[in-house]
Amino acid sequence: MSEIVIVGLNHRTAPVEVRERLAFPADTMGHALRGLRERDGISEGVILSTCNRVEVCVLSEQGYKGVEHVKDFLAGFHGVPIGELSDHLYHHLGEEAVRHLFRVSSSLDSMVLGEPQILGQVKDAYGYACEFKAIGPVLDKFFTKAFSVAKRVRTETRVANSAVSVSYAAVELAKKILGDLTDKVVMLIGAGEMCELAARHLLSAGAKGILVTNRTFERAVHLAEEFDGTAVRFEELASHLKRADIILSSTGAPHFILKREDVEAVLRIRRNRPMFFIDMAVPRDIDPDANEIDNVYVYDIDDLNNVIETNLEERQREAELAEEIVVAEVAGFRRWLDSQQVTPTIVSLRRKFDEVRQAEVAKALSALGTADPKTRKVVESLASSILNKVLHSPIASLKRETDGRSPMEMVTAVREIFDLPEEEAEGMPEAAERPPEQGGNVGGQ
Amino acid sequence: MGYNIPMHTVLLKVTALFYLVGALAYLHFVFTLNERSAKIGRMLLLVGAILHGTGFVARYLVAGYTPITSLFESLSFSAFAIVCVFLAFELRYHLRVLGAFVAPLAFAFSVSAAFLPGEVRALAPALNSYWLPVHVILLFFGNAVFAVAFGAAIMYLLMERELKRKKLGAIFKRLPSLDVLDDINYRCLTIGFPLLTLGIITGSIWAEYAWGSYWSWDPKEVWSLITWLLYAALLHGRMTVGWRGRKAAILAIVGFCAILFTFLGVNLLLPGLHTYTNLSG
Repeated sequence: MSEIVIVGLNHRTAPVEVRERLAFPADTMGHALRGLRERDGISEGVILSTCNRVEVCVLSEQGYKGVEHVKDFLAGFHGVPIGELSDHLYHHLGEEAVRHLFRVSSSLDSMVLGEPQILGQVKDAYGYACEFKAIGPVLDKFFTKAFSVAKRVRTETRVANSAVSVSYAAVELAKKILGDLTDKVVMLIGAGEMCELAARHLLSAGAKGILVTNRTFERAVHLAEEFDGTAVRFEELASHLKRADIILSSTGAPHFILKREDVEAVLRIRRNRPMFFIDMAVPRDIDPDANEIDNVYVYDIDDLNNVIETNLEERQREAELAEEIVVAEVAGFRRWLDSQQVTPTIVSLRRKFDEVRQAEVAKALSALGTADPKTRKVVESLASSILNKVLHSPIASLKRETDGRSPMEMVTAVREIFDLPEEEAEGMPEAAERPPEQGGNVGGQ
Repeated sequence: MGYNIPMHTVLLKVTALFYLVGALAYLHFVFTLNERSAKIGRMLLLVGAILHGTGFVARYLVAGYTPITSLFESLSFSAFAIVCVFLAFELRYHLRVLGAFVAPLAFAFSVSAAFLPGEVRALAPALNSYWLPVHVILLFFGNAVFAVAFGAAIMYLLMERELKRKKLGAIFKRLPSLDVLDDINYRCLTIGFPLLTLGIITGSIWAEYAWGSYWSWDPKEVWSLITWLLYAALLHGRMTVGWRGRKAAILAIVGFCAILFTFLGVNLLLPGLHTYTNLSG
């Protein structure tokens, strides 16, 4: 019986030395996917490779044996002895595999819970599998469903809502204080990686421009060029400060470079237009008392870290809701998967033709009017024997499971050709040919 | 209350129910962030306002004068004006959270009206004038705009407090940015202040016709003047010295308290020329 199998490792089961040896760079993907498909009993395959995880998802025709095939493949492809790997690898079969992929795509299994990149990476993996024709109808439906589950989790829970990095927290705060950032000016005082990152985020969130200042003017000029901003001499800081709405500071100064009075003075010139100071320096650059001035907000690095911590706690709570969504979706997908097996397909194939037979026989008999019993019998047996003969070969091929094609592929084909209902599988996306980007339309269709 | 309560009175009273459920829906939205609740809230307020407006038109036709003279009518019309102004603001700013602050206010006015006698009485001769609708409607809509400013000011202070204390919780997530809230404060001021000014001027002209003097230092007049001065100070401060944010929010709240006192307190506590609208009628 064919089964979905996932073998992989992630940041929790393997250190980076192991992960990097098993990673699949983009340019090896074609080769790897071809190699995977050539393995016995593997009819479909997708490889997900990110810096935190490597996951190989296949449709195995031999159930559990598929796990060994994939492990062999991983060891063989990367030239790593299988003994070194087995401690780090985990595997999931059937329903567990479904659950695993749904959780991974929804970022419930990520190092930073709810981080948004993973869904894109899963979509990339799916893209490669499509490009190199490693994917078939089952995994196609599986991955498409995983995308829609991820979207559902993102829209129905707040698992990815609040900022969990310093620079995103800075952007979030800036938006809540200053509103629309498009007419706001950022000022960068000193050079620090975190400040520069936050500045970049603020600019990509729409901030209008950036002023850069540094004790060494050359450094300021250099950074200003990088940001497409304006360099300002450190000595002239005070006179330029009035233009800045958001001030990012991380100098190595041993004392405050902006005292409360300085900020008060600037604010008067600005006619109280609000200012948001983000002080990433230790020791601090900006007098924390300035936070007491109306329309001035001063956050230091600890304040930002506290914000992040509360946000992480919130994500944790939201993750529980997300897990409930995953459970429900796994059950839905399970039903679809079951319907893709040979026996239920034969049953519904027969049922469908039988309905046709009964309807046509009834129509014929009523056209004949008061036919004698013998004629009736002839008509009925004619219909039955046509039906049986027509159905013989499709059913025989379904049962045969040979010629290298996966029975699931066959089942899916038969279901499609004869338009068999999927009543057991409500809630499935209509599927296959839809590109994953539009994977939307969650839940009951 | 008579045995036969006329239809228009029923309409005016029953809207309190719409505003109540609407306010609850908005509060539910604020707690759960369930978008559907906000939509239901808006729908209820809209339907309530339509019924309310219909009620006033019907009452106008029956009474033969603009029915904003008794305390019942005044409270009821206040609720109507607040809901109308809120719906207009929501249309413009999509600030659904504001509903949770403004809709309860509309409910408070309409429910207090619902407990007052609502029969139509003969109009006092002094009130029989074309100036009545102009004077009263200008002022009531001015007050309603300031009620929205009041709601936004409370939101501003809550939000500001969280940002200053750096403990970002539910309020931070739910309320709009300080900038937007302050902007609403300013918009309300630029709309409400002219309405208030015109309301007082028309009242003064009418007073000249009715009482023979433009200004007679009647308690209501005095308190209107105080209210006007407060908002004038706020507007002036905003335009010249750059008052904004917390200071502006506090003044908007003080201003609205002055409005409430001018509107209700004066009638109930300080008798004067304007006392057409005390509890007994």
